[in-house]
Amino acid sequence: MKFLSDKALQRLRESADVPDLVGTRYRLLQQIARGGMGVVYAAEDQTLARRVAIKVLDVLVPDSDLAQRLNREARVLARLEHPGIVPVHDVGTLADGRVFYTMKFVEGRRLDEHLESVPSLPDRLRLFLRICDAVAFAHARGVLHRDLKPANVMIGAFGEVLVMDWGLAKIVHDSSAETPADPDATIFQPTNLLVTEPGTAPTSAVTGHGTVLGTPGYMSPEQARGDISSLDQRSDIFSLGALLRFLLAAPASREPSESTRQKDKALGAVCDKATAIDLRDRYSSVSDLSADVSRYLDGLPVTARRENLLEKASRFYRRHTIPILLIAAYLVMRILLLLFSHR
Amino acid sequence: MNKILLGLLLGAVLGAMDGATAWFTPAVRAQLAGIIVGSTIKGLIAGIAIGFFARKVHSLLLGIVFGLAVGFVLAFIVAQMQHGYYLEIILPGSIVGMIVGYATQRYGTAPAVPATSRQS
Repeated sequence: MKFLSDKALQRLRESADVPDLVGTRYRLLQQIARGGMGVVYAAEDQTLARRVAIKVLDVLVPDSDLAQRLNREARVLARLEHPGIVPVHDVGTLADGRVFYTMKFVEGRRLDEHLESVPSLPDRLRLFLRICDAVAFAHARGVLHRDLKPANVMIGAFGEVLVMDWGLAKIVHDSSAETPADPDATIFQPTNLLVTEPGTAPTSAVTGHGTVLGTPGYMSPEQARGDISSLDQRSDIFSLGALLRFLLAAPASREPSESTRQKDKALGAVCDKATAIDLRDRYSSVSDLSADVSRYLDGLPVTARRENLLEKASRFYRRHTIPILLIAAYLVMRILLLLFSHR
Repeated sequence: MNKILLGLLLGAVLGAMDGATAWFTPAVRAQLAGIIVGSTIKGLIAGIAIGFFARKVHSLLLGIVFGLAVGFVLAFIVAQMQHGYYLEIILPGSIVGMIVGYATQRYGTAPAVPATSRQS
């Protein structure tokens, strides 16, 4: 009797996992990534002759309730028409019962990889603002992302910023639904609990109290406790705060930690406020957070921090350096001319 | 406020204030009113020219350089007419031009571009 090697076994396992797209309009090309609750493949839409990304769930979803939830997610995501959110094209079920959906194929780099080519702080902050725009839009449509992290933000070839992987998204309220929204409704509800490490791929979610989902370092304390009932947009604000801290940190450091805290006190205060342990201390909306970052970019004081007189003066000088120098030059020149003319 | 009006007003105000500093020079104090009027008119002309430039060219550096040039030329002409006080007229006039150049680039509304839309 001959046993298969581990390598051969692994290869067999992988080939068994490859979804069979027979009966669909898609032709599988290659695996791209392993994301929340499923594997993402590049595929070709044979009808429209274009490349799409197809996400196939890891688990079989035979019961109709989960299928409904998946359809609901597709409807909600389809409604999230925003340049910063990857559009969903199609949803369906494979012959083996696995549910899939297709979305726009994004060619680009993950934020954490892209960051090395963005050394300037204002450019990084502008990137952050575009992420905030997409998240604020989703919040306005009653959708929480719940897994915001650098690995879930893609920067396209033309600089477009796209928030990816809405697999853990939660519908807080469905503005278009006729029936009252289910506060515990999670878009996907597979059977396994999974907490992802930053930078690693697999993520799954189960809904309900005591369940932990998200990514350590980016996950809000209430998320970490599994306190589903207290989750709201401020949980995403915590993740955005952690994301901002990551953006401000030195490129060498990939982990959001105290050692990589930004030197700038105003931005540090913004991060601190966004990632406050108590959610009541956080920004009440993503718009407030992005407004504070915009104020910083414009050289204005941030609401997260009270400045002393010296700091106010210093900021005023930084903001109006040219006119201050011109007026000072005029006054100095006038005084010198007067002094010399009286000699 | 559009850029030309801003340049005109700022040029006039700064020109008048610049002219008023002649009070500190006892030798010309008697002609103070004439100096203020002349300096205001100089500021007005410089402000309009700089405002026009700011409408056409959107560059802080070029705006300041243009303000310096206009301020310098007008102040030089005035100094020529005065047959003296070159330094006292040209230096402040140039800096005032730079300030107006900065302000018209930084502030004031640019002319609106007509919006076009097409949907087929």
